[in-house]
Amino acid sequence: MNKSTRVLLVSLLSVAVLAGCSKKVKEQPAAPVEPTPAEPAPVQSSGLYGPGDLDTDACLRQRVVYFDFDQDSVKPEFQQIMACHAKYLRDRPSSRITLQGHTDERGSRAYNQALGERRGNAVNSALQANGGSATQLTVVSYGEERPVCTDSNESCWSQNRRVEIVYTAQ
Amino acid sequence: MKKPLRWLATLTALLLPIVAMAQQKGLEIDIVGGNASALPITVVPMPYQGSAGAPATDVAAVVRADLDRSGQFRTLPEAQVVERPTRGAEVQYPTWRALKQDYLVVGRVLDAGAGAYRVEYELFDVAKGERMLGLAMTARSSAMRDVAHQMADAIYEKITGVRGAFWTRIAYVTASGRGDAMRYALMVADSDGYNPQTIVRSAEPLLSPSWSPDGNQLAYVSFERGNSAIYIQNISSGARELVASFRGINSAPAFSPDGRRLALTLSRSGNPEIYVMDLGSKQLTQLTNHFAIDTEPTWSADGGSIYFTSDRGGRPQIYQVAASGGSASRVTFQGNYNAKATVSFDGKKIAVAQGAGNTYKIALMDSSLGSPRWSTLSPGSLDESPSFAPNAGMVLYAAREGGRGVLYAVSADARVRQRLVLADGDVREPAWGPYRTTR
Repeated sequence: MNKSTRVLLVSLLSVAVLAGCSKKVKEQPAAPVEPTPAEPAPVQSSGLYGPGDLDTDACLRQRVVYFDFDQDSVKPEFQQIMACHAKYLRDRPSSRITLQGHTDERGSRAYNQALGERRGNAVNSALQANGGSATQLTVVSYGEERPVCTDSNESCWSQNRRVEIVYTAQ
Repeated sequence: MKKPLRWLATLTALLLPIVAMAQQKGLEIDIVGGNASALPITVVPMPYQGSAGAPATDVAAVVRADLDRSGQFRTLPEAQVVERPTRGAEVQYPTWRALKQDYLVVGRVLDAGAGAYRVEYELFDVAKGERMLGLAMTARSSAMRDVAHQMADAIYEKITGVRGAFWTRIAYVTASGRGDAMRYALMVADSDGYNPQTIVRSAEPLLSPSWSPDGNQLAYVSFERGNSAIYIQNISSGARELVASFRGINSAPAFSPDGRRLALTLSRSGNPEIYVMDLGSKQLTQLTNHFAIDTEPTWSADGGSIYFTSDRGGRPQIYQVAASGGSASRVTFQGNYNAKATVSFDGKKIAVAQGAGNTYKIALMDSSLGSPRWSTLSPGSLDESPSFAPNAGMVLYAAREGGRGVLYAVSADARVRQRLVLADGDVREPAWGPYRTTR
């Protein structure tokens, strides 16, 4: 069974679990997650995400999506991250995410403000496609104003072309 | 007890102007290129001939620096100024002809009473042995740089026939500190970088300053509310108004030439589009409607059309649309990436940030002679945000050097470049202001 099938199954399962349960789901304590440093663990099938998982779950801990130059499409390698954050949004309807869109320093600042928003919108769409609700998601573009790395070379630029997933309510 | 105190007071009084001057000199000047074909002109030192105390500003030196950085003139270094006439009757033309000077400026500084000074100066055509200009200006001590810039403007215009733009101001944004300690400031300074003045300070990013045509207000983008928002602020009073904080981006404000409207970029529809806001009624008119990014509007001088950046053709290019709306037409066809247009007062020159691979330079598209001719104004590699002087004689732009932002002013013929460096921090987003008097 390849990974994406597994994720799909897990997603379907969790939807089924959600649908099957009454709304008064007892909040489960954070499921202990085995640290799997090399591979991000697939979404836990054992139940619903809780706030504790944000710090412990290997997938949920990944909160940055990177982009190619002047591009705004979410690359396939980030689909798994989209799936687990979307599941968290489904599991916790009161949770809220702000998607902060960023670009590298090349090109003009106002154009980059627009490009950063496009990237934020792309992640927004991906999360909604995975079941997140529009009301839980806000996009803010900072353009090139908030770099994480300030050298003028590709290794730095690639770190700056990003969308940060920021939980404003867990 | 009294004497030492008085001494201290005197000492403080003596030191104060020095401290003040050091703070004033926020940007340093550095001529990078040269210009062999520039017009040779001598600006003779203008001595103080009063009795109250000499002004702190060396008026002749300021005039000299202005003329040099325009690219149109090459001034004789002060050390080579062999004679020091201060009025027409003292001028020996053969001396200046021997020094191959085309023009000569002489003058003197006199008391005008109540702490003010009077500068009298004259401009001569050396070959003809004729006086071209004889003027006097009176101002307070603190305004002597303004006087010098106006003198340079008058000399520039008399010789070139083009209005001078030295007595103008520039706006820019500075960033200092790192990470969460980052601080931003919107600044206004003289066109040569002197007299920097803080207009707004913020812990959140500031960008895209735009001058109102009367020079009294700046529109800019601030992130202080978490998301981008557009403010209009009065420079002298500090009073400000929030004019746009819609859902999505609020970006790239630009005052119309009549000052009654503001072009801006909003993505409240879900996609960045150009709008025009009537500043009286705050009513919005949507100018573009395309799934591409449309941003960075800038007005033609007659207010009839708006230039903007759009990637509707795949990569960012400059387009033009009537200010009343309608279909847009593409303006730039050379280069993969053209953004952030600045348009000369006569509409014949457009400067852009032009990208090729990892290199971004300021490029100029000149349509004065019909079909557009391109030239490169800057060496790169990460140059952006060009802004024309009101007479289109120079372009101000932002560059990166040694990991920080610096500003350059380049003559429109690309022959003289001058760096304006802030002592600490990062300088970006320059905007050249309008003339300070209307004609």
